[in-house]
Amino acid sequence: MADLNLSPNLPECDDFYAALLETHEGLEEAQMHALNARLILILANHIGDTEVLTQALQAARKSS
Amino acid sequence: MIAPRYQTAFRLYPYKKSPAQDAGTAMRHPVVIVGGGPVGMALALDLGKKGIACLVLDDHDGVGMGSRAICFAKRTLEICDRLGCGAPMVDKGVVWNVGRVFREDREIYSFNLLPEDGHRRPAFINLQQPYFEQFLVEEIRLQQADGLPVEIRGQNRVIGQAQQDDHVLLDVDTPDGPYQIAANYVVACDGANSPMRQMLGLGFEGRTFEDNFLIADIRMTADFPVERRFWFNPPFNPNETALMHKQPDDVWRLDFQLGWDIDRDAELDPDKIRARVAGMIGQDTPFELVWTSIYTFRCCTMKDYRHGRVFFAGDSAHQVSPFGARGANGGIQDIDNLAWKLAAVIDGDAPDALLNTYHEERKHGALENIKNSSRSADFLTPRNPAHTLFRNAVLDLVETYEFARPMVNSGRLSVPCTYDSSSLNSLDGLPDGPDRSRPGSPCSDAKMAEGFLLDHLAGGFTLLAINAPLPSDIDGVAVVSFSTDKDPSGPLAKRYLGPAPGAVYLIRPDQHVAARWETYDAGAVATALQKAKGGA
Repeated sequence: MADLNLSPNLPECDDFYAALLETHEGLEEAQMHALNARLILILANHIGDTEVLTQALQAARKSS
Repeated sequence: MIAPRYQTAFRLYPYKKSPAQDAGTAMRHPVVIVGGGPVGMALALDLGKKGIACLVLDDHDGVGMGSRAICFAKRTLEICDRLGCGAPMVDKGVVWNVGRVFREDREIYSFNLLPEDGHRRPAFINLQQPYFEQFLVEEIRLQQADGLPVEIRGQNRVIGQAQQDDHVLLDVDTPDGPYQIAANYVVACDGANSPMRQMLGLGFEGRTFEDNFLIADIRMTADFPVERRFWFNPPFNPNETALMHKQPDDVWRLDFQLGWDIDRDAELDPDKIRARVAGMIGQDTPFELVWTSIYTFRCCTMKDYRHGRVFFAGDSAHQVSPFGARGANGGIQDIDNLAWKLAAVIDGDAPDALLNTYHEERKHGALENIKNSSRSADFLTPRNPAHTLFRNAVLDLVETYEFARPMVNSGRLSVPCTYDSSSLNSLDGLPDGPDRSRPGSPCSDAKMAEGFLLDHLAGGFTLLAINAPLPSDIDGVAVVSFSTDKDPSGPLAKRYLGPAPGAVYLIRPDQHVAARWETYDAGAVATALQKAKGGA
């Protein structure tokens, strides 16, 4: 069973974070939500592991 | 008349009339440094130690009040070791390793920096800027007694400049009226509002951040642990951030983010500041206000750091947000880069083209600092709904999940720049060697049986051989040889060999790697040395 990795795993974390914000630049709130939804679906497809995705959904819900 | 622009903490170079003021003709100096802050004084010391006579003109007679730069990074301390005054700084400074991050009224995580071992100096120290400047000036005084060719003239304000074919003519105002000085080279270290830059009509472009920060230096003897504390949205400063740092002399540096639309005078009211401070440290903790100020910041840079015979270094060339302590530390790296190049050109040991590489390398460094410090500022001051959304998501996650910690950005501490694409580098002849020591890198310190490595790299160009035979006398470079036989997994082997059995490094006077190979080859070294001096 694959486990969701919740340890630091992004080598250039600041570069990614800056790119993430850059991607949102100039968008209205509704457009931001839509972008984030698309982004989640793209990443979920890439991960392609139901077990991992289920744990990710739970982790996101838990830390709200 | 020289009107003061700020209050001084220490009066270190009172005005004294120079005979040059009555000479009737402009006396010629090899190098004139405009501005006697940390950058200007470090440059004077570095040039003087290389035998280059220089004159520092400062429009005050001492160092300004307040903690200001406060955080001095390892690379700065190593440069000051090379200049001779690292030890008093570290002895006086405060070293910390534990940081705590709070959100509202609770701690969300803490960290220990666990600095890498095998270095003489800590990752950084906290020290009030006036002390840093004082130690530099004291070292200049000490070495002047042994002939260091540095002169400091207090209350000498540059009010005009004109570039001539082979020198720059400066108009200088003093309490006894104006006079003129001729300089072969001028280095403007006159701060973010650089009068020299304005006199040359040069631009300074970038971003202004819509935020204000209140600094309060307070003295208290309460038994607070020596750690950095950072708050997001604390009860005593709602919707903003706050920071607390220990300094020497029982002084603590407190930074309160205030937002953009503020009443500056009202915020500087001592009673209001006292109330803020009491909210942070506890209502019953006695303290005394030492120094307060409100600052705003920009991230800006000049287009070119060299204009003919005039160079710009430190804040005059580039300004960053305070997060990450990249201002003063970046400025010290500027002069580390410029001093040996100026000295080599003045001594006729290198072509004028070498001086262009000061701009090339340090602009690269400044852009890296601006990028990092702008990102931190954006994290602390979200400027649109997306910034707020993701920052809050990171803060929500970080309490439970370790992976989010590296995403919290309250400053990425100054690390020296690697000049990866510098025209002074030679092709990497040790491609499997440690990445951290590739051409362009600042040399990492390494503890050895023979002491610390950087102490052996403190002169001009040095050829460093590790487990590699080398002639004892090579033209144009100092030669040092070490073996890792007795310490095969020690810092020297790890940081300079990696899988290689041996290595030869050509190291610049600023302790950056110019070239490296597995073994010594006289022709390769000569070619690399010429390249590193700006030759073809």
